[in-house]
Amino acid sequence: MNAAIYNRRRAVNSVIMLLAWFAAASGIFVLALILGTLLYKGVGGVSWAVFSQNTPPPGSAGGLLNAIYGSVMMTLIGTALGTPIGILAGTYMAEYGRGSKLSMVVRFINDILLSAPSIVIGLFVYEMLVVTMGHFSAWAGGVALGLLVLPVVVRTTEDMLLLVPDSMREASSALGSPRWVVIMQVAYRAARAGMLTGVLLAIARITGETAPLLFTALNNQFMSTNMNAPMANLPVVIFQFALSPYADWQKLAWTGALLITVTVLILNVGARALSTRTSKS
Amino acid sequence: MNSTAQVATSIAQSEISPSALRRHGIWDALLRNATRTAAITVLLLLGGVILSLIHGSIPAFKAFGFSFLTTETWNPVTEKFGALAPIYGTLVTSFIAMLIGIPVSLGVAIFITELCPLWLRRPISTAIELLAGIPSIIYGIWGLFVLSPFLQAHVQPLIIATFSGVPVLSSLFAGPPYGIGIFTAGIILSIMVLPYITSVTRDVFETVPAVLKESAYGLGCTTWEVVSKVVLPYTRAGVIGGIMLGLGRALGETMAVTFVIGNAHKIAASILAPGTTISANIANEFTEAEGELYTSSLVAQGLILFGITFIVLAAARLMLLRLEMRSGSKV
Repeated sequence: MNAAIYNRRRAVNSVIMLLAWFAAASGIFVLALILGTLLYKGVGGVSWAVFSQNTPPPGSAGGLLNAIYGSVMMTLIGTALGTPIGILAGTYMAEYGRGSKLSMVVRFINDILLSAPSIVIGLFVYEMLVVTMGHFSAWAGGVALGLLVLPVVVRTTEDMLLLVPDSMREASSALGSPRWVVIMQVAYRAARAGMLTGVLLAIARITGETAPLLFTALNNQFMSTNMNAPMANLPVVIFQFALSPYADWQKLAWTGALLITVTVLILNVGARALSTRTSKS
Repeated sequence: MNSTAQVATSIAQSEISPSALRRHGIWDALLRNATRTAAITVLLLLGGVILSLIHGSIPAFKAFGFSFLTTETWNPVTEKFGALAPIYGTLVTSFIAMLIGIPVSLGVAIFITELCPLWLRRPISTAIELLAGIPSIIYGIWGLFVLSPFLQAHVQPLIIATFSGVPVLSSLFAGPPYGIGIFTAGIILSIMVLPYITSVTRDVFETVPAVLKESAYGLGCTTWEVVSKVVLPYTRAGVIGGIMLGLGRALGETMAVTFVIGNAHKIAASILAPGTTISANIANEFTEAEGELYTSSLVAQGLILFGITFIVLAAARLMLLRLEMRSGSKV
């Protein structure tokens, strides 16, 4: 054996494996650093006032109540809009229209929507709702979020229904069930946990979405429960406050960022727990 | 089992009369049509997005024509708009992101699949997948308050000093160190796409049959030779698909970039200088845009962005689809 070639191969291998170690270490280090900074800067600002007071004018104390309320409301609207349509569309692709041309096209388009830039969705809703209604509103913000929920739910519903063994459907059909009973009582029941996971992931996705809200829901310095008017929401408040020159606004921005991240992580962990539990059983 | 039995009873009880049969027929038709309508709605939405963007950008294209794409001027006062600077910024920041992000992501994926001890594999994979879900505004705020000051104080002066005598590089990395700018935005984007590319790459790396890798190891290959000669060729389409997905994210990313780009409408020779991207430009100026032409010029940029990302994402999906079909036909 040629010792020179052998040594060179080993040297090349060690160098590249060292680089892979380094890549993994530095990647994980940076990501840990981001979460660490977030905790360090955000935890100090968490207090009762954050949840009980509205966003303050610069220089005075306050909280994020109106922004939290707005975010929750718009997330609810988005979820309520996107989930039913998404589940129905996913059902069509996995049940009635399985393998059909329409399903294939919808799957492709849905995948495009899934990763389309969210700011473009915001522009679409602006053109459709804000321009026609003549003003910014929480409804428009909710619709924009619903458009982001939709593709996630479509995708997971279809995937989960396809995982249900056909023998279960056939058994039900053999007992004389019509198709809609097979879908509602057998397929949905078997895929329930997976579909719920999809909805949770979708909510996690819209929790921190900022870009589509910038020019649909806009922002509001005050508490507002009018869905037909601009409404405060956490991401846009964070954006505005972080870029402001005021120290107390910046501090609130970090606290808001921490709240969003914790919410997103809880939703994600919950979704994972749900899906691993079902895959085991 | 239990549920099937329940269904059987319910059917047996209900399906006595012809009227029950008819009722089931109606319900079936209802559900079929409702689900198909929902599926078609998804199609119409994408069509609606494209049409509304085209409709909104007509005034800008009418006023400026093709030169909209090739002009750098952006002057709201005289209403002269060109999209060259944001397009340039979008492409360059994404290029930097890919330049850093691809090798690091591949390194992490190689680490997870080949080097990492078994007990560490799951926690690291889970952590990376969770990080992919962190909203981009978090990356943005971190970039603004932590990364840019750090780059400004420590990294950028070093880069400027190092390349000051080199012909081309000296203008590419010309000072002063602003902290914010194209370079910083590219780095933030590379951190953001890392979890996306890594998780796709790791997934496709794990589809390589163990037999293939073991026979290569059995022939005396080193780990790198197994990765470069067996794993990468086997998973090429999937890896490229994953990279394209990451690129799609980077091109359309708004918040992480808006915080650190500096929002300057000019194309500077130095990548350390502030610039702008399409998405950052829309996010910063859309609500303040007055007049039809100003708004329309921003919507037109949205259309361009959508066009670019559509092409990238469609290519990525087609590649991943082809890989799926190939592995499907082999099983």
